[in-house]
Amino acid sequence: MSVFGIFLIVVVILAFWVMLKYNSLVALRNQVENGWRQIDVQLKRRHDLIPNLVATVKGYMEFEQDTLQKVIAARNAAAGAQGVADAAKKEGELSGALSRLFALAENYPTLKANENVKQLQEELSSTENKIGFARQFYNDIATKFNIAQQVFPASIIAGMFGFQPRELFEVTEPGERNVPAVDLSLRK
Amino acid sequence: MAQRVSGNIFEQQQTNRRNTVLVMAVFIGFVGFLGLGFDVLILGLGQRGSFHLPVATLLAVGFGSMSAFWSLQAGAASVLRSSGAVAVAADDPQYRQLRNVVEEMSVAAGLPVPSVYIIPDPDPNAFATGKDPAHASVAVTQGLVDQLSRDELQAVVAHEMSHVRNEDIRLMTVVAALVGAAMLLSQFGMRSMQFGGAGGGRRSDSSRRSGGGGVIFLVFWLLAMILAPIISRILAMAVSRRREYLADASGAELTRNPGALAAALEKIDAATDPTRSIKQGTAHLCIADPLGAAANDREGWLADLFATHPPIKKRIDALRAMAFQARPDPTALKQPSPGS
Repeated sequence: MSVFGIFLIVVVILAFWVMLKYNSLVALRNQVENGWRQIDVQLKRRHDLIPNLVATVKGYMEFEQDTLQKVIAARNAAAGAQGVADAAKKEGELSGALSRLFALAENYPTLKANENVKQLQEELSSTENKIGFARQFYNDIATKFNIAQQVFPASIIAGMFGFQPRELFEVTEPGERNVPAVDLSLRK
Repeated sequence: MAQRVSGNIFEQQQTNRRNTVLVMAVFIGFVGFLGLGFDVLILGLGQRGSFHLPVATLLAVGFGSMSAFWSLQAGAASVLRSSGAVAVAADDPQYRQLRNVVEEMSVAAGLPVPSVYIIPDPDPNAFATGKDPAHASVAVTQGLVDQLSRDELQAVVAHEMSHVRNEDIRLMTVVAALVGAAMLLSQFGMRSMQFGGAGGGRRSDSSRRSGGGGVIFLVFWLLAMILAPIISRILAMAVSRRREYLADASGAELTRNPGALAAALEKIDAATDPTRSIKQGTAHLCIADPLGAAANDREGWLADLFATHPPIKKRIDALRAMAFQARPDPTALKQPSPGS
């Protein structure tokens, strides 16, 4: 076989490999995007649930108007947040306000016995969990994406086509680490 | 860690896809062999001066292919029906928590939300079925919902979601459906044997030369017929043991809470009553053996053949070891490792 023939075969194999790597990187990037959107879906769900919760507990917790106001304010701030960093900060504040509300709810036995409140609390706990799991999934898939484009020789292709490593979701406030504080005894 | 486990998952998916095709091919081949036996022994194919189409073989292969196709398409529905599972309505307040937990785990696994089913049985148990992650179902018994805490329920559902993600469910469902089909077939074969024996005897009178071969063939055919249920049973069992450990581990990876699954398995183990709703053919799909077979407590090649599940104590120990490793490390707070 001529030198040219061998050269041609090598080029074809290389081109094929580049195509495969590029496609797998694109697939991963889409998964990462999807993972990111899932977090937003769950955050939006939490925003939708809060007015319901506040309306239900209002009657029982008349002495805690201040706390309820803070929850509503934090919720509105979070819903109107601009940009990722701002959203992360305001969602964190909302989590804090919510956990204070649930801690106070412990003092109201009739409130705790209310079926509607129980249901709402289960919904909110579940949404909190989903936010956590969505972030966990995003971090896992983004890590996979980052590794895939940083290892040699795939890094050449990633550089060639301008793939950027994605930032991982990290807990910014120390208080955020205490999410289980929301898991009150109302949960089964 | 995430990298290593996801590598496992990919391998597991590949193995499962290959094995599903293999199981279906073996089944079609087996049924075709029975058809060939019918052709040779009863219709006299291959005898002097009688060359015709192997009608029974073709029919049998056709039937086998249809069964295999059916097991893939309708296996999940048939498994759910046979265990008396009832679909949980989206807004049923009684099972709100169960549905939420399933939704949480599908978020964690990055998969579509599976259909949720309840099996009205007081013994705690659970299984997942379906032909692919987009058409998956998770079924749990009433006893599981009643006896487990929220975290434990979440851990069990995470184990089932891992079966969905690893694509164990398709292989396990196909095996369950084909085991049922093989059982039916062998019963049918047993009944038609009297007719087959008479035909063979008459023919060996008329042509002595092929008589010896015919008898050998008859013996093989009978063996195959008798072995069918045993082979399919062993197949179903071999399929499930190793994957339970993997599903435990990747389930714990979803919840990041291996201790909860260990606690759940302890509760399931403590409930000694068999799960009566779950039939023998579907035992290998469940999180713990519904029949409580003694073979499950042992290890070794014999136990590998006859147990559907690894020893539950060993699973609990493995999970507890994971929980010990997962204990928060003070240095991890300063520098969160990606992927943990």
